[in-house]
Amino acid sequence: MLDEVTKDRISQEVANGDVVLFMKGSAVFPQCGFSATAVQILSHLNIKFRGIDVLSDPAIREGIKEYSQWPTIPQLYVKGEFVGGCDIMREMFETGELQEIFTDKQVALASAGREVG
Amino acid sequence: MAMDASEIERLIKQGIPDADVEITDLRGDGDHYAAMVVSASFEGLPRVRQHQMVYEALQGNMGEALHALALQTSAPKA
Repeated sequence: MLDEVTKDRISQEVANGDVVLFMKGSAVFPQCGFSATAVQILSHLNIKFRGIDVLSDPAIREGIKEYSQWPTIPQLYVKGEFVGGCDIMREMFETGELQEIFTDKQVALASAGREVG
Repeated sequence: MAMDASEIERLIKQGIPDADVEITDLRGDGDHYAAMVVSASFEGLPRVRQHQMVYEALQGNMGEALHALALQTSAPKA
């Protein structure tokens, strides 16, 4: 059951950044292969995102599944819109559709002077 | 907890009767699968919705008994 308090918290998190990734572990230290893949894709595209570690927050971890009508984590939100999980991100990345979403929605890139490597 | 490939296939076909389902055991450990699902009912639907239909067919097993299922969906090519 998704209670109102959790729902509000998730809504706030989703609204709190252009690109929000609900994931297991942190961007620096993902705790699951699927979350790691999602981070890799976003990093590769040089997209600045906010990672939310669901492992440190059981209410969000369960709540987000119902909120998005999506049973697994990671989950990607771009400008408040649910895009999908790891498989969808990978497929859309390979076809170039993911890059299009970021361009269309005018998502800011990570710092321009970022070191490659 | 894990599910075997035939059970995954059975559930998907039960939920999406015309589906063409191909399951691959990714690591041979009975716990990491890839599923390719082709169905005419996906026609014109966004990918998120296609995956949701498969997850619905899996009746709550996804994310629970079934932790690792890499999913790829598409409509049949004309």
